[in-house]
Amino acid sequence: MSTYNAPLKDMQFAIAEFAGLDGITALPGCSEVNADLVEAVLTEAGKFAQGVLDPLNRSGDKQGAQWRDGVVTAPAGFKEAYAQFAEAGWNSLGGSVDHGGQGLPHSIALPLQEMWNSANMAFCLCPMLTTGVQEALVHHGSADLVKTYMPKLVSGEWTGTMNLTEPQAGSDLSAVRTRAVPEGDHYRIQGTKIFITWGEHDMTGNIVHLVLARLPDAPEGVKGISMFVVPKFMLNADGSPGARNDIRCVSIEHKLGIHGSPTCVLAYGDKGGATGYLVGEANRGLEYMFTMMNHARLGVGMEGVAIAERAYQHALEYAKTRVQGRAIGQRSGDRVTIIHHPDVRRMLLTMRAQTEAMRALGYYAAGTLDRAKRHADAQQRAGHQSRLDLLTPVVKGWCTELAVEIASLGVQVHGGMGFIEETGAAQYLRDARITTIYEGTTGIQANDLIGRKVGAEKGATALALIAEMRALDAPLLAAGETFTAMRASFTQAVDGLEAATLWLVDHYRQEPEAAAAVAVPYLKLFGTVAGGWLMARAALIARERLNETDADRAFLEGKLATTRFYLEHLLPQAGALAQTVTRGAASTLALDVAAF
Amino acid sequence: MKVLVTVKRVIDPYVKVRVKSDGSGVETANVKMAMNPFCEIAIEQAVRMKEAGVVTEIVAVSIGAPQCQETLRTAMAMGADRGILVETGTTDMQPLAVAKLVKAIIDKEQPRLVIMGKQAIDDDANQTGQMVSALLGWPQSAFTSAITVNGDTADVTREIDGGLEKLTIKLPAVITTDLRLNEPRYVTLPNIMKAKKKPLETLKPETLGVDVTPRLKTLKVEEPPKRSAGVKVADVKELVAKLRNEARVI
Ligand SMILES: Cc1cc2nc3c(=O)[nH]c(=O)nc-3n(C[C@H](O)[C@H](O)[C@H](O)COP(=O)(O)OP(=O)(O)OC[C@H]3O[C@@H](n4cnc5c(N)ncnc54)[C@H](O)[C@@H]3O)c2cc1C
Ligand SMILES: Cc1cc2nc3c(=O)[nH]c(=O)nc-3n(C[C@H](O)[C@H](O)[C@H](O)COP(=O)(O)OP(=O)(O)OC[C@H]3O[C@@H](n4cnc5c(N)ncnc54)[C@H](O)[C@@H]3O)c2cc1C
Repeated sequence: MSTYNAPLKDMQFAIAEFAGLDGITALPGCSEVNADLVEAVLTEAGKFAQGVLDPLNRSGDKQGAQWRDGVVTAPAGFKEAYAQFAEAGWNSLGGSVDHGGQGLPHSIALPLQEMWNSANMAFCLCPMLTTGVQEALVHHGSADLVKTYMPKLVSGEWTGTMNLTEPQAGSDLSAVRTRAVPEGDHYRIQGTKIFITWGEHDMTGNIVHLVLARLPDAPEGVKGISMFVVPKFMLNADGSPGARNDIRCVSIEHKLGIHGSPTCVLAYGDKGGATGYLVGEANRGLEYMFTMMNHARLGVGMEGVAIAERAYQHALEYAKTRVQGRAIGQRSGDRVTIIHHPDVRRMLLTMRAQTEAMRALGYYAAGTLDRAKRHADAQQRAGHQSRLDLLTPVVKGWCTELAVEIASLGVQVHGGMGFIEETGAAQYLRDARITTIYEGTTGIQANDLIGRKVGAEKGATALALIAEMRALDAPLLAAGETFTAMRASFTQAVDGLEAATLWLVDHYRQEPEAAAAVAVPYLKLFGTVAGGWLMARAALIARERLNETDADRAFLEGKLATTRFYLEHLLPQAGALAQTVTRGAASTLALDVAAF
Repeated sequence: MKVLVTVKRVIDPYVKVRVKSDGSGVETANVKMAMNPFCEIAIEQAVRMKEAGVVTEIVAVSIGAPQCQETLRTAMAMGADRGILVETGTTDMQPLAVAKLVKAIIDKEQPRLVIMGKQAIDDDANQTGQMVSALLGWPQSAFTSAITVNGDTADVTREIDGGLEKLTIKLPAVITTDLRLNEPRYVTLPNIMKAKKKPLETLKPETLGVDVTPRLKTLKVEEPPKRSAGVKVADVKELVAKLRNEARVI
C-alpha cells in the first residue's frame, strides 16, 4: 500500500509558471505571497495530508458513514482528524482576514485542495462545501448573517452544505419545489433535498445549510428561486447552538464511491417548517449560486487532478515491485518488475503526463481567478474573468473525465490485483467516478462551454486564447530539432481546435441540436489542446533552465520527457476529436428518439 | 527561563538517499530537505515547556547553508520566538566545529537550558550535544525521554541499554532528545504566516571567532553492498560453523 507523497516540485513549478506567482504577488492584498511562503505552506500541508488524512482514506472507504435513526456518524477517526484540520487553520486559508481567515489567493488554495483530495477525497468534501457557504455569505449575505455565521465557518467550528438537488431537480435547478414562507424576520422552509453531501454528521457542533427554495409568490423557473441559510441547531441569544431546527436526515445513500462522506436525504419542515434566513434578495438565489460556480467547479476539477495523482503514485509503486515475465526479447534469465514492460511504461506515462497537464491547466485557471477577482485594473479584471469563464467548464469536465480514465489505468497496471479491493487501486476508480457527475455533469459543462462561453460571444475569448497558443510556434521552432515532432503535433492540434471552434460559432445558432450533439467532444478537445499548450510551455522553460548551473536535472528532464510523450503520443487525439466535432453531429442525431 | 534549541537541515527522511557518482559524498542538490526529526522533537519540547509556563523564550539556532533559514522558519512556525543562522561557507560541518559555534552562541545568549537532537539522521554522529556540554563544562543528559524542570534542577529520564535511567541534573545543562520524548505537532497555517515576521539574525563563524576547518577527511562514500541470495544450511552445526568461520560474528 503506497503512502501519499505530495508532488511538491511539480506543484511549485505549476504555481510559479502557470498560476504565475510573480503576477499574483503584485495583486492587491497578496504582497506576502511569494515562493518562500508557497514552499512553507505546501510543505506543511503535505505533511498533514500524508500523516493525518491519507491513513484514514482506506478505513473510511471500508467502514463508510453510518446512519441510524436520523443520526449520522462519520467513519472512525474522521471527527478527530477534522478537529485537527480546523485547529491547524487549514479551513481558514482563503477566508477573508476580516473574519479570521488568512486571505490567501486561489493560487495557493487550489493546490492545497489537490493535496487534501489526493489524501482523502471523502473527508475533503466537508471543508470544501464549507468554503462554498462562506463565499455565498460574504458576497450576498446581510451584515447580520455574516456576523453570526462567518467566524465559525472560517474557523471550521461549524461546517456548511449546499442544498440544491431535489428528486425532480438535478441538472435543471429551475424545477426546485422546496417552499419558503415568510414569518416575521425569518422564513419557514418545507421540502425534500436529496444527495446532500455531509448534510448530517457528528464532527461539529452545528451545520449551516445553504438551501434553494421558492417563495409563495415567486415567478416560475430560474428567476423564482431564493437562497436561505438554515442552521441544524437554532442559535441561543449568545450565539451558541440551541434547539434542533426542523430538519431530519431521512437516510444516506449506498453508493459506488466516496463512502466516507455521507450523502443525505434531508427532510425540511416535517413539523411545520424549518427556520431559515434569506440570503441577499428574494428570487436571486440561482444567480448567486452562479457567482460561486467558477470556484466550486474548479474545485471539483481539482478533485480529478488529485485522484489521478494518487492513482499514479499507487500504480507506480506497484509497477516497481511486481515481478512478472521477462524483458521483451529475453527468453531466459531473471524475470523483471513490470515497469520494464513498454506497455506498462506507456500506461504510467499516460497517467503522469495527463496529470501534469491537468494540474497545469487547473493552476492556470486558479491564477486567472485571482486576477479576475483582485486585479487593480477593471479592464484587466474583466479580461481575466472571461478567460476564467471559458476555462472553468473545461477544467471541470476534462480533468474529471480524464481522472476516471487514469484511475482505470491505475487498476490495469495492477493486473488482477487491481480488481481486488485490498490493493486500494479500485477505490480511486470508484471515488473518481462521482467527479464527472456532481457540480454539473460533463454534459452540462459542455453545454455551458459551447453556449454561454463560445457560441454566445461568437468565439471571441476562445479564439483569442487560440491566437495566444499559436504564439508558441516561434519559440518551438527556435528550440531546434528535438522539438520538431512536438511542434508539428502541436500545430495540428491547435488547427483542429480552431476549426472546431469556428464550426461551432457557425452552427451554434442555426443548428443548436447539432452543436449540442458534439459539445462533449469539443470540451475534451479544448482540454486536450490547452493541456498540450501548457505542457509545451513547460518544456521550453525546462529546456532553458537546464542551462543553469544548479539546475534540478532530474525534474527538468522528467518534464521534457512527459511533455514529449504528451505532445507526440497523446495530443494526436486532438485531430480525431476535431473531426468528430466538425463531422460527427449528424450521425449522433440520425437515430431518432423513438427508434432507440 | 530562556531555552536554546539547535535545528539541523537534513535530507528529508522519506527521500531515498543517493551516493554521488564520484564517491565524494551523498547527493544533496535539488533533494527535498527537512528538519532533522530529533531536532523537531527538541523544538516541540521547548514549545511544550513554554506553553506550560516553564520557559519564557525559545531561540532556535541552525548552522550551515543560507537555506537553513527555511528550517529556522519551520522552527519558528512550531513556536520558537526567534532564529539565529550561522552561515558557513562549507557544507562539510563536523561535530566539533558545530559544537564550538553553538558554545559561542550560548556564551552570547546565556540560556538556562540547551535542547538538541541526540543525533542527525544524515551522519548519525551522535556527538555534538556531548561536545557542547564538555566545552561549556555543563551537565548533560543524552537520549532523554522525559524532562521536568524544578527551579535550579531538572529531573530527566534517559534511555539507556537495558532500561531507563532517572537523574537530577543542575541547570544550566545540555539535554539531547530521544524519540519517545514527545510527538512533534503539525505546524498550523496561522503560525506559518506569523513565523515570517519573527526575527532571524545571520552570523558568520569568523565573527564568532570559531575556526570551522574540517578535521576529518572523507576518503570515499559508497553504497552498502547489495544483499546476495541466501543459502540453505543442512543443520545447526553447519549454521554455527558458518557464523563462526565465514561471518565471524560468534
Ligand atoms: C455523491 C453525490 C453527492 C452530491 N452532493 C450534492 C450536494 O452536496 N448538494 C446538492 O445540491 N447536490 C448534490 N448532488 C447532486 C448532483 O449535483 C446531481 O446528481 C447532478 O447535478 C446531476 O443531477 P441528476 O442526478 O438529477 O441527474 P440528471 O439531471 O437527471 O441527469 C441525468 C443525465 O442526463 C444528462 N442531462 C440532463 N440534462 C441535460 C441537458 N440539459 N443537456 C445534456 N444532458 C443532460 C446528464 O448529463 C446526465 O448524464 C450529489 C450527487 C451525488 C451522487
Ligand atoms: C476476478 C478475477 C477472476 C479470475 N479468474 C481466474 C480463473 O478462473 N482462473 C485463473 O487461472 N485465473 C483467474 N484470474 C487471474 C487473471 O487471469 C490474472 O489476474 C490476469 O491474467 C493478470 O495476471 P496478474 O494478475 O498476475 O497481473 P500481472 O501479470 O502481474 O500484470 C500486471 C500488469 O503488468 C502487465 N504485464 C505483465 N506482463 C507483461 C508483459 N510481458 N508485457 C506487457 N505488460 C505486461 C499487465 O498487462 C498488467 O497491466 C482471475 C482474476 C480476477 C481478478
